[in-house]
Amino acid sequence: MITSHPRIVTSRMDYDDSYTFDRFLATGGYDGLKKALSMTPEQVHDEVNTASLLGRGGAGFPAGRKWSMKRPSDVTYLVINGDESEPATFKDHMLIERDPHQIIEGAIIAAYAIGATAAFLFCRGEFALGYERLLQACNEAYGYGALGPDILGSGFALDLVIHPGAGAYICGDETGLLESLEGKRGFPRIKPPYFPAVMGLYGEPTIVNNVETMANLPWIVLNGGAAFAALGQGSSAGTRLFALSGHVEHPGWYEIEMSKTTFRDLIYDPSLGGGVRDGRELKAFIPGGASSPWFYPEHLDMGLDQDAVGKAGSMLGSGSIVVMDDTTCVVRAAWRITRFFARESCGQCTPCREGSGWAEKVMRRIEDGYGREEDLDLLMDLCDNIAPGLGWPPKQTTICPLGPSIPSPIVSGITRFRDEFLLHVKEGGCPMPPDEVRHA
Amino acid sequence: MPDGGLSAENRARAEAIVALYPQARSALVPLCHLAQSQHGYLTEASMEDIAKLVGCSPAEVRGTASFYDMLHTEPVGRYVFAVCTNIACMLAGAYEVLSHAEERLGIRVGQTTHDELFTLEEAECLAGCDKAVCVQVNHRFFGPIDEEAFDQLVDDLAAGHLADTVPPHGVLNRVSRAVGLPAKAAKAAKAAAAGDAGDTPPNGSRARSGT
Repeated sequence: MITSHPRIVTSRMDYDDSYTFDRFLATGGYDGLKKALSMTPEQVHDEVNTASLLGRGGAGFPAGRKWSMKRPSDVTYLVINGDESEPATFKDHMLIERDPHQIIEGAIIAAYAIGATAAFLFCRGEFALGYERLLQACNEAYGYGALGPDILGSGFALDLVIHPGAGAYICGDETGLLESLEGKRGFPRIKPPYFPAVMGLYGEPTIVNNVETMANLPWIVLNGGAAFAALGQGSSAGTRLFALSGHVEHPGWYEIEMSKTTFRDLIYDPSLGGGVRDGRELKAFIPGGASSPWFYPEHLDMGLDQDAVGKAGSMLGSGSIVVMDDTTCVVRAAWRITRFFARESCGQCTPCREGSGWAEKVMRRIEDGYGREEDLDLLMDLCDNIAPGLGWPPKQTTICPLGPSIPSPIVSGITRFRDEFLLHVKEGGCPMPPDEVRHA
Repeated sequence: MPDGGLSAENRARAEAIVALYPQARSALVPLCHLAQSQHGYLTEASMEDIAKLVGCSPAEVRGTASFYDMLHTEPVGRYVFAVCTNIACMLAGAYEVLSHAEERLGIRVGQTTHDELFTLEEAECLAGCDKAVCVQVNHRFFGPIDEEAFDQLVDDLAAGHLADTVPPHGVLNRVSRAVGLPAKAAKAAKAAAAGDAGDTPPNGSRARSGT
């Protein structure tokens, strides 16, 4: 169902100059912050709890609960994760480039609620334009008095540093990100301690929140957590930005009400995805980023709901949906995602480092026509060693969730399209047509 | 020899960047970007300069930099093409576009043209999937790119038509942090002036003073 709902994080996107300070101020910019500063930090926290705002980075952990886990300390850091790198996810990229002020306003609100003494916004290095716009927005926020020693006369002090990444998927993991922010290789940290809220940046309690999570805060403070929770259903409250790509007529980002809108609506509705390209048949789709197990036509009528998707054995993850039509070679698609994990594995844990490269080579030889029938069992066994039992959510043999994500495309492909894998082996090559170049 | 250290101007900028962080080492990656904006890649001398500025060894700078795709320890072309071939772009024909790029430039992935104008890289997802096939030039986005659009892009870059949108390789930002000294430091200074040192943050997270 396509519902009419307020546009919470994309309200300024109709304007070409949505990223400018003038447009921001002319469209309610800093109204949320002003209201937040008139409340106590606890009241702001309560509103976010009431809103049932799930973190928008991928794990979907309730933001308010994350804040509650903070170890009391004189020094608390807020770190905003803008290192969006999950394949086919491009919502944070858009938010950073098109409305940087909104993110900064949300960050100041969050910092106020948790009592942060300094904030760092980690912007993916490849977003050069977005990084420039964030720097500009940060300068303007200081000039306006929204950052600095006495924010808008409230006595609350906060510094914000816009920090550039340098190209590593693993830095999207919150402890990998903190290591990178400390000027080191982005190696995720060994747990326990499980949460940066206890021991994070420089060993101090640190709350790490996603960019889109921050972008929701001004609206939640202005309109109340209850108004946010009234949208969506159950734990999947509010609206969410979904990134739609692949073999679809209108790839793009769409802010839609969670839970009520279905995958079918998103992919086929003329106002959204507009259907599979050239009216072709849907073969499979990825429901929540490259790490998530695949979905098929029978899942189309499921709502975009975190719990429902989780129960069906996958995840809504980073909110990116990739559509594959009936011309797609599943071996090639699964190989490419496996190759991504092999390239981005940080190398700390053996199952991930060795497993990803091995799986990638076996997948590649099947696609190239040098595969063997027993390769299918080999791949399943290999995946079982990385994430024992191959269930969902996956069991973990590694420090971070990158390793257990490796089996998703491989197991999905082999389980559902075993015949297509075997056809590659029998025919000594790929039976599917090459990918077709999309023309502008 | 292009192998120089940071210029006086960049050294001043580097010190201002270091001052933003509670611990100097945090500035390592931003300083690598700064050094790349000067030379296009990380020279030995600039890595030594960075090491001194953040308080670690040059080997640690190299060891950290080598972890990150965007940081180059060898020279690259003035324009670095990054063609995304990850799932969304692959479905839109990215490998076909990449093959075309190799043919058009006369180099393979990872190589630089003889005139040192172009380097070709195969990138992981660049978060431009709605404009697949997505191509970056020095981390500025272009897309959707088909074979024809790629040729046009090469021609425009070679003719200098895109100088405004695409700065030379390594220039990540043309906007600098202009304001905002560490608030805690300013506050602490104020408090100290008033004879009250009660607001100084404890242990290693003390905001750097003297800035």
